[in-house]
Amino acid sequence: MMSTKKWLSLSWIAVTTLCWVPVSTSATEVTGAGASFPAPLYAKWADAYQKETGHKINYQSIGSGGGIKQITAKTVDFGASDMPLKPEELQKQGLTQFPAVIGGEVLVINLEGIKPGELRLTPMVLADIYLGKITKWNDKAITELNPKLKIPDVAIAVVRRSDGSGTTFIFTNYLSKVSPEWKQKVGEGSAVQWPVGLGGKGNEGVSAFVQRLPGAIGYVEYAYALQNKMSYALLQNADGDYPMPNDESFKAAASHADWSKSAFYEILTNEPGKDSWPITGATFILMQKAQEKPEQGAATLAFFNWCLNKGAKMAQELNYVPLPGSLITLIQTSWGEIKDGAGKPVFSAGK
Amino acid sequence: MARTNPSRTLKAAMTNTEVSTFTDQTRHKLGETVFFNLTRAASLLTLLLLLAIIISLIHGSWPAIQKFGFGFLLSGDWNPPLDTFGALIPIYGTLVTSLIALLIAVPISFGIALFLTELSPPWLRTPLGTAIELLAAIPSIVYGMWGLLYYAPLFAQYVQPTLNATFGNLPLIGALFTGPMMGIGILSASIILAIMIIPFIASIMRDVFAVTPPMLKESAYGVGCTTWEVVWYVVLPHTKVGVIGGIMLGLGRALGETMAVTFLIGNMNTFNGFSLFLPGNSIASALANEFAEAESVLYTSALLELGLILFAITFIVLALSKLLLLRLSRQAAIKL
Repeated sequence: MMSTKKWLSLSWIAVTTLCWVPVSTSATEVTGAGASFPAPLYAKWADAYQKETGHKINYQSIGSGGGIKQITAKTVDFGASDMPLKPEELQKQGLTQFPAVIGGEVLVINLEGIKPGELRLTPMVLADIYLGKITKWNDKAITELNPKLKIPDVAIAVVRRSDGSGTTFIFTNYLSKVSPEWKQKVGEGSAVQWPVGLGGKGNEGVSAFVQRLPGAIGYVEYAYALQNKMSYALLQNADGDYPMPNDESFKAAASHADWSKSAFYEILTNEPGKDSWPITGATFILMQKAQEKPEQGAATLAFFNWCLNKGAKMAQELNYVPLPGSLITLIQTSWGEIKDGAGKPVFSAGK
Repeated sequence: MARTNPSRTLKAAMTNTEVSTFTDQTRHKLGETVFFNLTRAASLLTLLLLLAIIISLIHGSWPAIQKFGFGFLLSGDWNPPLDTFGALIPIYGTLVTSLIALLIAVPISFGIALFLTELSPPWLRTPLGTAIELLAAIPSIVYGMWGLLYYAPLFAQYVQPTLNATFGNLPLIGALFTGPMMGIGILSASIILAIMIIPFIASIMRDVFAVTPPMLKESAYGVGCTTWEVVWYVVLPHTKVGVIGGIMLGLGRALGETMAVTFLIGNMNTFNGFSLFLPGNSIASALANEFAEAESVLYTSALLELGLILFAITFIVLALSKLLLLRLSRQAAIKL
């Protein structure tokens, strides 16, 4: 009896110890970490890429802030962030960045008797709602914009993200661009000091709050609004028009942006153009300019080259907007900056 | 088997030669030394780990401590874009939610324990007791999701209007029950917390009530005490150390609870009034929400300092409860 038990426990210890021995990894395994917004797409791309080429890509969705920290510390081959780093910041850390995919944010609402896309809001009204200055849905500022709608006398429940997120960065960046008061009082960032409102955790938290609170308004990624079949409001863009929030208007915003500026530092909010949805944003990939392991850098760029060339359809399936062709060429040119120890570019995008 | 072992070794030692007895003894001694050192290492390691955590927390929060000093505890200004941070609102939220949770959970747990040990028919005790313990096994994220999706709407529709109508017009307390009725806020988070800590407090209370010597209880019943009198004058005084221990365990859990609170407290870092209907924030919830995306050094270190403060609060609560227990046992000794 005793000996069997002993033997069992010994073998158990042996087994558990063996599990600790690291499994040797193949050389071309690329690791990345960062933003959670594009994570489902990166996972899908990685899966398809592995099936086609046999190379493995690991992506850890730890948040944009974490992604920036990891790539600065060189613990990953690429970092991902929903907000671009400023050119001087890139310079300081020896990093380079490029956009990977575009997404849009939708204003979801919960107002009885109002159908999706019926309610119109101007940037100033939206800012005043989030500043806590407009507190009722039948406020004059809103009814004047929507003379044909019967807007109920309901208090506005402002909903926003409680966790730090790129989504919040894009939203507050937009409000800072359109409202001087917002810029001065609150500002922009992945987390800000909100004057009013409830904080929901993640896109799912905001969706849940908006769906359950009568009179609620919130901002979520387009995919969440679609999946939850939520009602949404239209927002006046920089040209004074009210486009529908969808792939087309996100793409329009991306095409009106001036990408040739330095280091792709471009936030796609409040872009000009009749069809541009005003709260659009790209998500970015960050890489070290000087590659200590050139083959890793080359493998990473080979993956993103494949994504930009062949990944558009997969992106659309998941309700992301692929980058316009002209932008892809610019990105491929920018990869010349990523060099090995001898100063030679580690990868050149042939096709 | 195990019981016969010592006598068998003894017999073996007696019948065997001198030499083998000697080796047997040294082996015994060696085993003892190894075992002693192993257990000692295990306990020292825990202590070391605790120290390491405190040191790394202080080290990590040093930039914030240097920048904001003592004012960090007193300022309610939490503004990441401007890099100014103050911990007052999360501290307030943590203490208030835990206090309300205790106010609700302690009487209910007492009732549960009382019913299970004194009043319940014997066949109901085990299933009911197990069911309450099972409540403790539900992961806190499940409480959070259930709270957000099912409990909060009901709370907003039925409970908040009732509370407002009942207490809203009273002086002083009235202010606690006014404001937007959204089902999300400090009060709803406190109630979920109460539900989460009830199983801990109730099962400890039940266990300590159950070990009250039957003779004491029977004597009290014998002189004509009612069940209530037996519990209040015999069981409770006899078990107060255990009861307080259980309450402190519940409080400790309430202070550090993260996911369920995050879902229901509303995560508001601005102070808008004392109403319990308003959204607020707790330390653990702020950490869970903001840590992943905190970029600037000061932001991260302010969050780490929040963690340090939570650590300190928990430590103070534990120390106070230990003091209280010491005092109680001293009083008991004097009485005897």
